[in-house]
Amino acid sequence: MDLNYSNEELAFRDEVRGWLAKNLPSDLSDKVGDHEHLAKEDLVRWHKILAKQGWIAPAWPKEWGGTGWNVVQRYIFEEECGFAGTPPLIPFGLTMCAPVLHKFGTEAQKKRFLPRIYDCDDFWCQGYSEPGSGSDLASLKTKAENKGDHFLVNGQKIWTTLGHYADWIFCLVRTDSQASKRQEGISFLLIDMKTPGVTVRPLILMDGGHEVNEVFFEDVKVPMENLVYEENKGWTVAKYLLGHERMNTGRIGVSKRELSKLKEFAATQLKDGKPLIDDVRFRDKLSRVEIELMALEITNLRFLDQMRRSGQPPGADVSMLKIKGTEIQQSLTELMMQAVGPMAQPFKPMNGGDFDAFTASLAPRYCNTRKTTIYAGSNEIQRNIISKMSLGL
Amino acid sequence: MNFDYNEEQQLLADSVKRFIGKDYDFESRKKIVASDKGYSDDVWSTFAEMGLLGLPVSTDHDGFGGGALDMMGIMESIGEGLVVEPFLATTMGAQFVARGGSAAQKKAVLSQVIEGKLKLAFAQTEKGARYNLAHVAAKARKSGSGYVIDGEKSVVVHGPCADKIVVSARTSGADTDSKGISLFLVDANAPGVTIKAYRTLDELRACDMVLKGASVGADALIGNEGEGLALIEEVVDYATALVCAEAVGAIRSANDATLEYLKTRKQFGVPIGAFQALQHRMVDMVVSYEQAKSMACLACDKVDSEKDPAERKRLVSAAKVRVSEACRHVSQESIQLHGGMGMTEEMKVSHTFRRLTMIAQQFGDIDHHLERFSG
Repeated sequence: MDLNYSNEELAFRDEVRGWLAKNLPSDLSDKVGDHEHLAKEDLVRWHKILAKQGWIAPAWPKEWGGTGWNVVQRYIFEEECGFAGTPPLIPFGLTMCAPVLHKFGTEAQKKRFLPRIYDCDDFWCQGYSEPGSGSDLASLKTKAENKGDHFLVNGQKIWTTLGHYADWIFCLVRTDSQASKRQEGISFLLIDMKTPGVTVRPLILMDGGHEVNEVFFEDVKVPMENLVYEENKGWTVAKYLLGHERMNTGRIGVSKRELSKLKEFAATQLKDGKPLIDDVRFRDKLSRVEIELMALEITNLRFLDQMRRSGQPPGADVSMLKIKGTEIQQSLTELMMQAVGPMAQPFKPMNGGDFDAFTASLAPRYCNTRKTTIYAGSNEIQRNIISKMSLGL
Repeated sequence: MNFDYNEEQQLLADSVKRFIGKDYDFESRKKIVASDKGYSDDVWSTFAEMGLLGLPVSTDHDGFGGGALDMMGIMESIGEGLVVEPFLATTMGAQFVARGGSAAQKKAVLSQVIEGKLKLAFAQTEKGARYNLAHVAAKARKSGSGYVIDGEKSVVVHGPCADKIVVSARTSGADTDSKGISLFLVDANAPGVTIKAYRTLDELRACDMVLKGASVGADALIGNEGEGLALIEEVVDYATALVCAEAVGAIRSANDATLEYLKTRKQFGVPIGAFQALQHRMVDMVVSYEQAKSMACLACDKVDSEKDPAERKRLVSAAKVRVSEACRHVSQESIQLHGGMGMTEEMKVSHTFRRLTMIAQQFGDIDHHLERFSG
């Protein structure tokens, strides 16, 4: 057994790290580090920098711009980005819609959409959840009637992350309500957000931020050519996507960055005249999170090693990366809020007064991070997956 | 032994509960929070009419002479309704005067408070002080017959609407000495006092306060010069007991909303409350509620009856530790069990979450009170 990266992997890590040090604009990493709101321009700008370098879509087939990196290299790249504090890469186009098109799309669809995803000329969002269909996704009701030359779509999606930025949305829709199994009447449609009848309504989260939306479809005409794979076979597409690209759910690089920031911050906060980080009660809590993160990193590497050698996509066990990764993110934001003590309470200045924006961002950040154990398959659903698929319970 | 409220306590608790249920529903509260002042004068007058402001004031000063136990039911309702009016802040200010003030101060302040004409706040925390009540760097020096105060106070909850603010400042000693702290009743608009107002995460108004050569008369001093810490500890313990009771109400509200959601939200063809994994978590939330309620009872009883300050502090801290644990547990679980909806501004439970998160740290977080409990 050898827990260490090979020399080649270390060289690759250094290459990525060196490149990031030179090419990640400091105004962007400052924004990320200070938990400031990232505008669409910030996200697109970083996307385009990586696209220019040829590193925006590592997992894609090489002829479409993939890098040919193996799973370990891809992981190293993602973790280095996380640790450096890059803006997040929005997954909806790059790692959700694109893999689907690679696997199920027609040549015409690939040519039409993939280059624009690569260059972020189109901003994508995801239309899965509905008000009545969250964990139970297969119960979705948004209806698409086959009218011969187009589908007529009516219904509503919810939790549409960055839908207000998006040019396109990929949707699961019901095309056959009579199917014997609910999963069999679902199709995968690509919908232009500018189509008449599409309305986006913001859902404001408790930290005051606008990141998710409701999207309404009222008699929206979608050309037949925007159907991916076969009609009523959308669930196959969705399942493929679910098993794809789940290795970064631990977000270890991001948590490492937050951990080191927490240590720095706790060293500046005083408790009875001494740095808070020297307070044994606080330091023990911090150490526990650090140790949990250490364990998760090695668990993640063990899964990667298995994947690399078997060549198989990750099994149900990767659900535990999401469970532990999100719990660690939540613990870190909570400790950060506790570190700032009474100064966690101020939120928004009144009457245009000045304000310590960073300390005021810590409690809202704690609030916001509660979403991580809910989204992308709640941690309860992840536990169901492990108990059913891995343990046979 | 009798854990029921007595008839008077129950009547008052019921009338507050009725008022909040009828006139302080979530939609009305939203409008109040969004208003310029961030609280409602009408609601404040109603509190005065209902006798809430006079309840903790002694009968000698036209109050009803209630203790913390008498306030419990009110505080629970305030927690349940997420009331944003400056009730606790004003009550704290009045307690400083009632417990430590001169006859003249009591006369000038208490009857006005009871009538709803005077709002108060307490300016204590400073940068770097965390929860240490002895950490007071603001200075007050004698000048003529009065004092001049210089210093900066942080997170003065309800400071922006307060007419008078109780300010702690050091008349002698080093920044964290237990001796040498004095208390002053300062007019909010006195020369040399500036405030920077903000909204808090839990939708209250608060401010940072700068005192620069702020002069006050000798009659502004509450209690004896340099002996303020014991009174600060006494009043903060009292307020901590009250905020424990407020937490109990907020926890109940979060639990009620979550239970209702488990019964009505359907996935996989059944209410999600049919899943045992969620049932057990709901049960644990109820256990947390009961444990928190028990400790809130203990704290309120002891701040009224315990004569030994060391024992009072130990028991109030025990209560605050347990209640803060319950605040964390229930608030986090209530959001998780609501799923995405719990994250949204439009659901009351996300507001309850924020208040509970802040109560868990108010007047000291778990670590602070563990330390105070175990000595």
